[in-house]
Amino acid sequence: MLATVLLGVAVLVGLALVLNAWRLIIGPTVTDRILALDTMYINCIALIVLLGIYFQTALYYEAALLIAMLGFVSTSALSKYLLRGDIIE
Amino acid sequence: MTVLEWVASFLLVLGGLFVLIGAVGMVKLPDVYTRLHAPTKTTTLGIGCILIASMCLHVAEGRGLSIQEMVISLFLFITAPVSAYMIAKASLHRRVSMLKGTANSELAEKVRDRKAPEQPTTDEQRPAEH
Repeated sequence: MLATVLLGVAVLVGLALVLNAWRLIIGPTVTDRILALDTMYINCIALIVLLGIYFQTALYYEAALLIAMLGFVSTSALSKYLLRGDIIE
Repeated sequence: MTVLEWVASFLLVLGGLFVLIGAVGMVKLPDVYTRLHAPTKTTTLGIGCILIASMCLHVAEGRGLSIQEMVISLFLFITAPVSAYMIAKASLHRRVSMLKGTANSELAEKVRDRKAPEQPTTDEQRPAEH
């Protein structure tokens, strides 16, 4: 039962990733693409947590935390670059 | 299945649906400023649901309460509004066009022209005090 639910949720999250990738490709402006990348980071965290539930290990949460931090840092660095033309002034 | 596993299954499905709704909003909504709403609210709530389901399953399997999921969801809940603010600010700076009929859209130029805070003067530049 739980394996079926996990598979279904993984399909939903994968579909969400595909839709975000579509926005990443067609996005008319740069900020659209940054937003799509940020959302794809969050969806990847969801997929990794689902994998951790499936294999019943706590190992994957470290990876999820790392990806969360990298996603935030890269989003803010890209926005800062667009805003000021420089990342660290 | 125990009660906790039912709760976890329900939360997993709810989280998956929320994540999908956020992605549909990403594709369907008309401009950047409306598109900011979909991931920052919906996707964050969805991933919160999935992480709480993971906590429930940890307890259901008798491995004790796990704090790592709580840390991840807290981090995401704190950083999502910050990154949305930065993306909105960058969009305003680049004069990304708004949807026709946006209320108070004439204020965008005013916000854009706001200068960076003054740098504090260093000791060399400051006039000597007597």
